[in-house]
Amino acid sequence: MPDDDYLESLEGSYYVQGRDFVDAGIVSSEIKKSLKEKGMPEDIIRKVAVITFEAEINIISYAEQGTIQMFIRPDAITIEANDVGPGIEDIELALQEGYSTADESIREMGFGAGMGLSNIKKFSDVFELTSEIGKGTHLKSVVKLNGQ
Amino acid sequence: MKLSEIRDILDARVIVGEDKLDLEITTAFGADLMSDVLAFARSGCLLITGLSNPQAVRTAYALDIAAILVCRGKSLTDKFIEIAKELGIPILWTRYIMFESCGKLFQEGVTGCIRKANEVEDKHIA
Repeated sequence: MPDDDYLESLEGSYYVQGRDFVDAGIVSSEIKKSLKEKGMPEDIIRKVAVITFEAEINIISYAEQGTIQMFIRPDAITIEANDVGPGIEDIELALQEGYSTADESIREMGFGAGMGLSNIKKFSDVFELTSEIGKGTHLKSVVKLNGQ
Repeated sequence: MKLSEIRDILDARVIVGEDKLDLEITTAFGADLMSDVLAFARSGCLLITGLSNPQAVRTAYALDIAAILVCRGKSLTDKFIEIAKELGIPILWTRYIMFESCGKLFQEGVTGCIRKANEVEDKHIA
């Protein structure tokens, strides 16, 4: 279980509606704005913006609904994305660049190239992905602030 | 080169960002696939794309991309323009296809923001 310090470091919690292609990306933009206001380093902001954007697109594309939460502690920013949805059958396969189960509506939006999860992993210092078939998916991504 | 020079080279219209035409652009990335933009593009570059939906603007915003050039004369929605204004991303619009747009800019000295994909394993967004 996460400790109290971690839970208290919750900076923002955002609801994401599945299949809402019109507003896709709005949560990521909001998170980026709030990090800019806090004066976070630009490279850190870009990493978090890409991670949250990809996570948001994934929830919209594949899940019924979900939440994206951001925790800020002195040494790291943690993003947690939880969704209610079909889950991921084979996580290793889903992480392969180019593997995708996206439909036409997702591709029209400019996504579904099978780059999302590997991209999140690339920009994360710590990356955890777990899923339960028929229930949903949990993603945790940590971006360290101490330049590692 | 300045954004105003890019406008002139490509007979482009400035849709958003009349006040940012002095912006210096030295690199660019061309793609219609935002997944690839998020994976490979770098901050400060010009995004050349035929995708004129809100996600193109939000992608540019996430990566601190300097400006977007919409090519192939793609029609622009009010929502696209509204979000670009809100997020402060200049939008240029040209009828040139992507190949012509890239070629003309490359000829004038604009280079790719990276040259090859995955050439160096890089955990940081430069």
